[in-house]
Amino acid sequence: MPHSVTPESTPADEPSTTVTQGDTDTVEPEAEAEAEAEAEAEPKAEAEAEAETQDVAMEEAPTPTASEQPKVNLEELFDDGDSDDEFTSSVPMPASQDQEQGELSQPAPIKVTSKSSFSDPEIMRAFYQRLFPFRPLFQWLNHSPTPSNDFAHREFAFTLPNDAYLRYQSFPTADLLRKQCIQLLPSRFEIGPMYSTNPRDRKTLRKASAFKPVMKELVFDIDMTDYDDIRTCCTGASICLKCWGFITMAIKTIDVALREDFGFKHILWVYSGRRGAHAWVCDKRAREMDDQKRRSIAAYLELLKGGDQSGKKVNARRPLHPHIERSLVILKEHFQTSILAEQDPWASEEKAAHLLNLLPDPTLKAALQKKWDSAPSRPSASKWADIDALAKSGSLSITPRDLLEAKQDIILEYTYPRLDAEVSKKLNHLLKSPFVIHPGTGRVCVPIDTRTVEEFDPLTVPTVTQLLQEIDDWEGEEGEKKLQDWEKTSLKPYVEYFRRFVAALIEEEKQVLKREREEDVDAMEF
Amino acid sequence: MIRHDYSRVDSKRRANLDYKKRQFANAEFQQQNYEHRLNFYVLPPTAEITLEEFETWAINRLKVLSELEGCSFRNRGPEETAEYMKGILDKYLPLRSDSSRSQKLQDERRRDHYSHFILRLAFSSTEDLRRRFSRLETMLFSLRFKNDDLRERQEFVRNLNLEWEEVKDEEKRELKDELHAASGIKKTEEQEWFKVDWERVPELVGQRKVLLRRGVAYVPQREQMSMVVAEFTKRLDEALELTARALPRLDEDDRLAPILAHLSQSFTAPDAAYSTSDANIDGLSTITANNIDTLSQNFPLCMRNLHSTLRENSHLKHYGRLQYTLFLKGIGLGLDECLVFWRRSFKLMTDDKFQKEYKYNIRHVYGDVGGDANRRGRGYTPYSCQKLLTEPLPGPGQSHGCPYRSFTPDNLLSALQRMGINDRDVLKTVKEDVGKQRYHVACNRVFEWSHKREIKKVKDDGSWSATDLDTIVHPNTYFKRSWLLKHLGEGNVGFVGESAMGGEEKMEE
Ligand SMILES: [Zn+2]
Repeated sequence: MPHSVTPESTPADEPSTTVTQGDTDTVEPEAEAEAEAEAEAEPKAEAEAEAETQDVAMEEAPTPTASEQPKVNLEELFDDGDSDDEFTSSVPMPASQDQEQGELSQPAPIKVTSKSSFSDPEIMRAFYQRLFPFRPLFQWLNHSPTPSNDFAHREFAFTLPNDAYLRYQSFPTADLLRKQCIQLLPSRFEIGPMYSTNPRDRKTLRKASAFKPVMKELVFDIDMTDYDDIRTCCTGASICLKCWGFITMAIKTIDVALREDFGFKHILWVYSGRRGAHAWVCDKRAREMDDQKRRSIAAYLELLKGGDQSGKKVNARRPLHPHIERSLVILKEHFQTSILAEQDPWASEEKAAHLLNLLPDPTLKAALQKKWDSAPSRPSASKWADIDALAKSGSLSITPRDLLEAKQDIILEYTYPRLDAEVSKKLNHLLKSPFVIHPGTGRVCVPIDTRTVEEFDPLTVPTVTQLLQEIDDWEGEEGEKKLQDWEKTSLKPYVEYFRRFVAALIEEEKQVLKREREEDVDAMEF
Repeated sequence: MIRHDYSRVDSKRRANLDYKKRQFANAEFQQQNYEHRLNFYVLPPTAEITLEEFETWAINRLKVLSELEGCSFRNRGPEETAEYMKGILDKYLPLRSDSSRSQKLQDERRRDHYSHFILRLAFSSTEDLRRRFSRLETMLFSLRFKNDDLRERQEFVRNLNLEWEEVKDEEKRELKDELHAASGIKKTEEQEWFKVDWERVPELVGQRKVLLRRGVAYVPQREQMSMVVAEFTKRLDEALELTARALPRLDEDDRLAPILAHLSQSFTAPDAAYSTSDANIDGLSTITANNIDTLSQNFPLCMRNLHSTLRENSHLKHYGRLQYTLFLKGIGLGLDECLVFWRRSFKLMTDDKFQKEYKYNIRHVYGDVGGDANRRGRGYTPYSCQKLLTEPLPGPGQSHGCPYRSFTPDNLLSALQRMGINDRDVLKTVKEDVGKQRYHVACNRVFEWSHKREIKKVKDDGSWSATDLDTIVHPNTYFKRSWLLKHLGEGNVGFVGESAMGGEEKMEE
């Protein structure tokens, strides 16, 4: 990186065509320390953070090896100045809990008060120790109960409390990941692809090409920002149940397409913690796709074109492709409620002008303009109905079919999913892990059950402080089986959902493996 | 550049390679018979060829691939590309159909076969090269597929055994509406359909041109090409991976290693079409800082703009400085003279400031300082039009980039008029070109108009060939050609001869 030496240089100037480049990139001169923090810019603009809940059921986790432990005990550093009595005052733990957790974790009792902030180190530590479901997360990425490279070669990237960004972390086991989280207390962490070799070894390889991403879930990112030009209820980072409707529509439309068109079965939807949702398509066939196939799927699902200034954003080809046709059927219903009634998108004169712009018929436009001039604040539902009413009463110079198609395009413009497609197109794109805490809201990034997606309310998703309070407040009976901390909280249904999801994935994976083995045998017999 | 750890190749594979390599190098004279014009390049060649053939055939194919890449950089449509490529293909890589009954048929196919495999060796060393090679070979294959004789093409496809499942009549009836809606084909049109895993037709999926059901794509017969092409790419990519792993063995043959290395080097910057030969203009004596004002008469608009901005403000911002320094380096201005040029041009600046803040950058561009890689590569390569056209647009106060792209039409026209372009038709057409975002076309048009007399002369007396007058895609080519044309008959000029490929030889150590 010669440019970094000079004051005005920019990396973009680097000539990309020197013959030697391929070679020089491959071998980095200094083998740097394992846990070196790479001072990279934020990977994504979105400053969402994730927090993970501790899963105490670590009984199967192998013993950590000494060599994997970071050399500096950052935990101690963070302890400084944090000896607020309110947090460290000890509430006695039930003995049974201590037993089961053994040496792996001895969570300090936490007392959450109204003053507790979800980013306090003590809160984060308790969260990782007691709530984050490390074990299911491990199984989810490992695709089998026995540790394998699927997990061990997977990149994790931590955002540390001081905002440093630590890339290319990897862990042989769930327990080591957990330990690292408890030590570093990342405000969130992201999951990248599985690489051809262990990401921590990437600098010791002779050839750069030996280190390359080989597998990752197909991911999607839907964010409310992309709806800002049509959302009227809130602005910026805030959301309400009304605008969450956009995300609900998007999830329904994308989910059905991924299942019916592409045949994917293991799709995990996750609340991003503030105002969006992520999807992780975990089928083996999806994980193994190269960038070209990812781009194809993204393009298949993308419909809206153009930015804010570009006028009509949907110009669907007719006849409608079956995927668009099906989407329209789903979205039409929401259009009446979520859009016309709740968003009332054409209430103002200026917004109504945009609606007129989307209609292809000058005669009809003029008639509508006249009508709305005398009643500018007519609700959107009425304005929408006016279109057909005036068309029927003779103010139509195009065919009814053309008008119908224009109206379909408008419905799609206001309802069709707006994906942040870049996220989906690259095998090596990192995405925030499920179950981490969003640093802006303190909410846990919980899975969304698509069967009840319409009932999902982001505003009732538990926050980390609330969950820890719930553990403290828990007064249930310890039965035969000793309860784990997450079972005492409102995180329980989410963890259970995730576990079922992972179990189904692993079950299928077993069969795939079996089939492949049989095919291998067949092949050998030839 | 292809010396790697041998132990990475496992023993089983090594045995295999040795076998193939023996065949390749030991010349068991086994001529293959080429039944089809098109080739999926599954089997490597087995018969012996001379080293000279080895190199010539490869360079010819490389020329074709570079031109193809140029077409895609210039956003030429499929038809325009086919038109443009026709002459080049006929010259460098002819491949006739059976029906031509040509005597040379087998010979042409053999060259095609060998040159493909030679380049495969040369370009499998890095991921970047592989991806580019695969993309260009795919373009070449589709181009030929489209032109192929219909019957011969069907024959070829049938021979591939691609295992496409035909959609039975019953299912066709059942899915009638969806099939037609997805493909846009009219219901009245009789059509055969195939079922394949969607991964085999990613482009069609991305364009929503096929019906998808649980991972299966229903592809109409007429989209067959897209499937064949996808299959071609898939197999080539897999083969390239294997070749990459085999490379450590192959570079033991030290007759081939330098040739292969040279080939891949030439390929590294074909878009630039820049070579040190551009800096070596016959008849143009050593350039000094004092010459630049005069020489700027022969600069393309982008560089004239930088030059006049520099003269007006006695300063240029970073990107402009970089772009201009590279260009000047490209026309042959040496580092010392370049430092003089900038020092004098920044006349409002103290020596101290210049030394501290600017000198290093310029030296870096020349490869005089910086890391090993930079020095070895002799600094940066002058920017091509492609590069200038794909960089972010200049911001306020900046003047780098391509004026055809970044100027408003009015400003562009007055800049051209200042340059002496006063023909209304030319100006009007340039404006249209720019409206269609065909910036390089506009620039070439301006070039042609301002050199029309000279171009006519060299064409008429046959001193320049058509390739000497190819579309300009590099500011340094613009300069060189302009200078030569304006100095016809002065000494040993008129010879532009060397292709980009030949010229780059000089870049080697
Ligand atoms: Zn809202």
